[in-house]
Amino acid sequence: MSAEPYSVIPNEPKITPELVAEHGLKPEEYQRILELIGREPTITELGIFSAMWNEYCSYKSSKIHLRTLPTAGPQVIQGPGENAGVIAIGDGLAVVFKMESHNHPSYIEPYQGAATGVGGILRDVFTMGARPIACLNALSFGDPKHPKTRHLVSGVVAGVGGYGNSFGVPTVGGSVRFHSRYDGNNLVNAMAVGLAETDKIFYAAASGVGMPIVYLGSKTGRDGIHGASMASAEFGEDSESKRPTVQVGDPFAEKLLLEACLEIMAKDCVIAIQDMGAAGLTCSAVEMGAKGDLGVVLDLDKVPTREAGMTAYEMMLSESQERMLMVLKPEKEKEAEDIFRKWGLDFAIVGETTPDKRFVVRHQGVEMVNLPIKELGDEAPVYDRPHTASPKQPVIDATMIEAPLPHADALEKLMSSPDLASKRWVWEQYDHLILGNTVQRPGGDAAVVRVKEGPKGLALTTDVTPRYCEADPFEGGKQAVAETWRNLCAVGAKPMALTDNLNFGNPERPEIMGQLVGCIQGIAAACKALEFPVVSGNVSLYNETNGRAILPTPTIGGVGLLDDFAMSASIAFKAADEMIILLGETRGWLGQSLYLREVCGREEGAPPPVDLMAERRAGDFVRGLIGQQFVTAVHDISDGGLVVAVAEMALAGNIGARLYGAPAFLTEHGFWFGEDQARYVVTIKPEQSHEFAERAKAAGVPIRRIGVTHGNALTLPGERPILLDALREKHEGWLPAYMGAAAS
Amino acid sequence: MKAAVVVFPGSNRERDMAHALRLVSGREPAMVWHGERDLPAGTDLVVLPGGFSYGDYLRCGAIAAHAPIMEAVRIHARKGGLVMGVCNGFQILCEAELLPGILLRNASVKFLCRDVHLKIERSDTPFTRGYNAGQVIRVPVAHGEGNYFASEGTIGRLEAEGRVLFRYTDAEGKRDPKWNVNGATNAIAGVLNEKLNVLGLMPHPENHVENAVGCTDGRGLFAGLVAHFAQAA
Repeated sequence: MSAEPYSVIPNEPKITPELVAEHGLKPEEYQRILELIGREPTITELGIFSAMWNEYCSYKSSKIHLRTLPTAGPQVIQGPGENAGVIAIGDGLAVVFKMESHNHPSYIEPYQGAATGVGGILRDVFTMGARPIACLNALSFGDPKHPKTRHLVSGVVAGVGGYGNSFGVPTVGGSVRFHSRYDGNNLVNAMAVGLAETDKIFYAAASGVGMPIVYLGSKTGRDGIHGASMASAEFGEDSESKRPTVQVGDPFAEKLLLEACLEIMAKDCVIAIQDMGAAGLTCSAVEMGAKGDLGVVLDLDKVPTREAGMTAYEMMLSESQERMLMVLKPEKEKEAEDIFRKWGLDFAIVGETTPDKRFVVRHQGVEMVNLPIKELGDEAPVYDRPHTASPKQPVIDATMIEAPLPHADALEKLMSSPDLASKRWVWEQYDHLILGNTVQRPGGDAAVVRVKEGPKGLALTTDVTPRYCEADPFEGGKQAVAETWRNLCAVGAKPMALTDNLNFGNPERPEIMGQLVGCIQGIAAACKALEFPVVSGNVSLYNETNGRAILPTPTIGGVGLLDDFAMSASIAFKAADEMIILLGETRGWLGQSLYLREVCGREEGAPPPVDLMAERRAGDFVRGLIGQQFVTAVHDISDGGLVVAVAEMALAGNIGARLYGAPAFLTEHGFWFGEDQARYVVTIKPEQSHEFAERAKAAGVPIRRIGVTHGNALTLPGERPILLDALREKHEGWLPAYMGAAAS
Repeated sequence: MKAAVVVFPGSNRERDMAHALRLVSGREPAMVWHGERDLPAGTDLVVLPGGFSYGDYLRCGAIAAHAPIMEAVRIHARKGGLVMGVCNGFQILCEAELLPGILLRNASVKFLCRDVHLKIERSDTPFTRGYNAGQVIRVPVAHGEGNYFASEGTIGRLEAEGRVLFRYTDAEGKRDPKWNVNGATNAIAGVLNEKLNVLGLMPHPENHVENAVGCTDGRGLFAGLVAHFAQAA
């Protein structure tokens, strides 16, 4: 590319306040642009600012709070700020992972929205040189009675599966919840986990002047233009009309892109690489230059396009999927091109790095963009938005709550309620076995996948309890991290690091901002106490429709390490006549419990407080027991409380249980259904009970014998036995019946 | 046993297949790119692995059936060499007319990943000599289009000639519509060609070769093939 002078095109169309507003920029933000560049921007430049400065790309409302999260640790190779986080797991191997939302697109067009969400997060992981080995997700849908819910569940699940199954990565875990507050704003949070060698991690920062910038993958079309801006606005009545901003996924192209990228990385051709995700070519080119302290010149005439006559504006803002930008070693250009041609992918040199830190875009002989590259990212507005703390909810005294049903009936009701019913209908649509390393399949506390040929294994989970976050953002934030940590410990893994996906409403409302700030503080407190750093994440705000926000939903994705995957514990009862033991302290906390909501019809009260030190003691104790094969089954206690955990263990092992009575100082329903934190259920062989008690005492973890595994029914004292077959039918039956019923 | 695994654009269980072959035969299989025209010299067994060749955007397997390597696969089969297509590989073999019939959308119209029980209908083939006739094994399926369909005449001939090798049953080997996971005609999970040297099956025995990951019920298929070639040598 020669340095012959180009002239900036005369401004067509003229930038009007309406046009600025349409681009989601506030008048004061536009003023800042004028000051930054000293002239009126071209329409393409305005589009670029809109793409770089929207909430989704700039984190302008959350940035100052995100900085408070603990991100360091001896295991951390790369914390937040890159395509994904990276941790070391020994043997020269690294785990690369991140979770990201695709909420707004998945509501507008559920199949493609969910599919491209999976595609985007997979790209983030293999961009760094890692081969994806597992996917997880966390899905939140509206009230099952809402007329759109079935359609959204059906489309989102098919989209998640459609992409992952074809791409060839096992979807090993996740969560699905329903609540009326997600009517009109369902959430799709997708997490990808990859494996790389610690000395072969690839980053976005370009280096060297005059290096070729190469465009790889699929062609650029007119899809997804302004997708990131759409994801930064609330929905109104017109959300359906935003369908053209949703991208269309091509998992086949992505699979080819994966193989081609890993092949050229192995051949040492790559200096820097960045996937084209949100804001496409704009965001990827700016990041590569800005992170490397270099300028970038792009020649749009070289960009492979799907249709003729695309403008610079459209090309710069297209979010067509399955595309990458790379800085190649010049001497390896031919070798890299041959590899891409072999996989049938587009390969085009579309620009080069320059020394002047300008972002220059040319199209048909005209300079359309000439902006300071560092300022595009670094000078994005940062807001310390006003926030008000959520009002504290009263602590609910379990003795003041009347049990409306016999406990056996309450248990059956809970086990077949939307949030606790089996999600088999969902995860059987995901290929959870491909790659042949799935040690623990969906349905347990955490999925376990073998690392290469072993013996190491990874434990993976996603967790959050939004109703706790709504009632008390700080405790809810703590609880999301603690439950993730607990689920990893429950399979015997050492929790290594997490990724967070913060889904909230409109941050311009102080009460929503208060939820965000409170949850982040809670997450930070838990990360610190549990030495469980955040290495990547994503923020999704403006999840509201007509002024009604979602429940605050800071989803946590956790990664744990097992030294020997074969030693992982599972929830299933293994044999009859084993002793069932409750670990941790039970106070019978019914506030915000599913029992209160599903059985008593009340959503209220303060959520259970999280004692992080107790959490740590119990988790470390359980992990140690599993490592020594001292326990035969382990399950954490969360939604639904103790007896739901026991029922899940019984169903998984097809062995029943006879339970003893509740302690006299607690209400029965508080004991069976309370959601006190930092608790587990384990089974042991009866002859080990004495040694077990001594170990628990030494570890400072309270224990209580609650029953014995036995027969084919679950029996609570003084209640009718619940046959496992009947319970299973109810537990497994709800979701297929719901999805099979005609839309009302 | 010298095995060759054909890799099409969009194949995605080729690594699983290579792992199983390596584990059971002790020998590294050759990975053969679809654009090649020849199989490696001395190939005993050709495997078409699972996946979504060409994205399955046309009929599953329809484009892969015309890949350059398929001519060599055809010749290998014509000479009596063994060919096995699993999942997408089965679909490709049907599209290439190396096997009769076709795989339709699952009766549920959904992708399904689940363990199933397969009854081994006969053990006197190179693919099933590691099992007993009538034995039931547990292996996973993972497909959206595995509903085997052929004309009444073709099905009648397949049954009469003993060319239905695997069938979906319950754990005791009884036919039960509940266990026919994709609605296949006669619960057919795998079929042979006339010469009994080409096999197509929807389930994934390659994913059940280790106790640590599922179980070892799929191992018999690979062990039987190894024994077959050891005996032939």
